[in-house]
Order: sequence, then C-alpha cells, then structure tokens
Amino acid sequence: MVNILVIGRHVQIMETILRLINSQPRWTAEGALTDEDALVKFNGVDFNLVLIGGGVEESSEARLKTEFEKRNPQIKMIRHYGGGSGLLFNEIEEAIAK
Amino acid sequence: MNRAQFLKAGLSSVAAVVTTAAAGQVLSKEEAFEKPIGFNYLSTENTITMNTVLHKAATRGHANHGWLDTNHTFSFAHYYEPTRTHFGKLRVLNDDFVDGGMGFGTHPHDNMEIISIPLAGDLEHKDSMGNLAVIKQNDVQIMSAGTGIYHSEYNKNKDSKVNFLQIWVFPKQRDITPRYDQITFKPEDRVNKLQQIVSPSKTDEGVWINQDAWFHLGNLKKDFSTEYIIKQKGNGVYAFVLEGEVTVNGQKLDKRDGYGVWDVEKFNILADTDTEVLLMEVPMQ
Repeated sequence: MVNILVIGRHVQIMETILRLINSQPRWTAEGALTDEDALVKFNGVDFNLVLIGGGVEESSEARLKTEFEKRNPQIKMIRHYGGGSGLLFNEIEEAIAK
Repeated sequence: MNRAQFLKAGLSSVAAVVTTAAAGQVLSKEEAFEKPIGFNYLSTENTITMNTVLHKAATRGHANHGWLDTNHTFSFAHYYEPTRTHFGKLRVLNDDFVDGGMGFGTHPHDNMEIISIPLAGDLEHKDSMGNLAVIKQNDVQIMSAGTGIYHSEYNKNKDSKVNFLQIWVFPKQRDITPRYDQITFKPEDRVNKLQQIVSPSKTDEGVWINQDAWFHLGNLKKDFSTEYIIKQKGNGVYAFVLEGEVTVNGQKLDKRDGYGVWDVEKFNILADTDTEVLLMEVPMQ
C-alpha cells in the first residue's frame, strides 16, 4: 500500500483528489489544508509520497520539505498539476516508480 | 495484462458506460476516468532522434468509454506510458469525440493552462467564474485554472458528435487568478499562412497563455511550402496534423501524427496534400 499525504489549500479540490486516490486499490491518502495539520499528520503516519497541490506557497513547501526530511530523508515530494483525474494517477505512478 | 484480458476488460467497461450513457447522464471527468478502460497498451513505439520525436497516430493511447472516444498523444488519466508523458511544457494532447448531448459534468482544475479547439460540432462550457459559452469550429478557448476552477463541458448538439482537441500546458506561474477567454478566428486567414492562435502576450494575436508558448494553425494547399522560425530560444515545436499529409522538418506526417522538434532555429513545412496542421511552440525546460 502506498500512503500519500496531500497538501493543498482548496477544500473542494482536496476532496476530489482524496476521493480519487482512495478509490484506487493500491493507494491511500490523507489531506492537509494547513502546514500545521500537514506536520501533525506526517509525524503520525509513515507516508511514502507527499503531493503538493494548488495554493501552497513556495516558502511553505520549502519549510515542510525540511521538516519532513528530518523524519524521513527518503520521502518523495512532488507537485500536483491539473486539480483532478487528468494527471493525478500518472504523477503518482511516476513518483513511486523512481 | 495480455491481449485477451485487455480486450475483455475494455469491452466490459464499455458496456457499463454505454448503459449509463443511454440514460443520458452527464458524467464528471473524475467519474469518466476513475477506472482504467481499454487503453492501447499494444503499441507505444516512438521514433526518437537527437532533436526530434515522432508519434504516429495509431500509437496514441486510446480509450472508448462509449459516449467518449478519446486518443491521448501523451499519458493521461489511466493511460500511463513512461516514454510519453510530455513534450517540454506541453503535457496533454487529447483528441476527443463526444456523443450527442453527452459530456463532462462539473469537475475541478488548478494550475494548468487548458486550451480547447473544436474541430467539428459545438461544445458548451460553463464554469465557476460565471462563464457560459458555446465554442465551435474556428474558436479557440483558453482557461487558466490557476488557484482553482470548476467547469463542465458537453456536446451542445443531441444528434451529432463533437470532436475537439484538449491541450494542457504547464503554467509559467503557479496559483494565478483563474481566467477564461475565447476568440473566433477567420479560417481564410490561415490559408497558406500560419495563423497565430495562442501567445504569451496579451497584446499579441491569439488567446493569452500563462506560458512562453505560441500556437499556430495552418491550412496549407498541396505543394505550398513555408518556414517556421522559433520565437524563443530553448523552445521546441510539436506539430499535430489535423488533416492531410505534410512534411515537417523533412519528416513525412499523416493525419493525427505528432512530431516534435527542438534545438533548431527554424524548420520547413511542405504540404504533400491539402493539409491542416497545428504547431505548438513550448519551452522545453
């Protein structure tokens, strides 16, 4: 099972992305709308992949990356584009294949 | 998945969607693409040189959802071919055929430049910014999804298919304010000419895109020859043949073939028959 943490600022797009990922048999996802929530969730679960969605400022992304890597130096972080099903599955497949 | 499993999975999925389509339901894009369906895993041959790539039409990812028959030049939804994920900043080139009255219900997008070009029929668009429009042949629509937008798109006509290209380009800047625009172009202005339909400048011809990208359409008569000069150093051009046969940079192309070229300053285009071609210049990095 691939555990994915999705971080984004848009509530409806977050709901869509979580539903899409969790509909897949090999993947499971949790979402965080704030940096604080992301840090709490990351410390509670062994995630394999972090997906950075829309609205996450570069400064937040950099800070989160630093914090996440302290706990898991191997963590993969990628940016999600498109906001829905179009590229989501491709992005995850590509990230976990690396 | 072997060929028999592939065909079986494709057929059973099509049957399920046809049942839904018969009920006249408009599906969201997420519902349409949630489950894998009959993609063309059988042939993914690319012809790649140092600075060109050729994607023959028949090697595109293909999925028939019943009401939606789609061809993906690049990986999209559940069609994932690692050697075909993008051409520079050009990420998606879908050639969609949608049955009468059917379409994609309301679904979200963010951080993507989405260009729709109807080739036949009428496509109705409605979005969360309050835009309600019908785009048809000779129109080009652009949507900068930016921080987030909801929209629906469906075939305006009940009794005929709509065929349109949906093209996604990675944005130059993330999280911009969402934006929508459409322009109707004169078809006579692209006869034996390259008509600019997309540009990165708000004051230039074509719809404005949040990327250093330029798109041109050409309706070139047999034996007409012209030259395309790259507008920005480091950009490449992906040519997609809408009709006829054309030779681009010495490469013969047929209908719906795609061909990318980079690390050149210019290249030649020769119409082998009456032809219609779309040129998409995008940054390669």
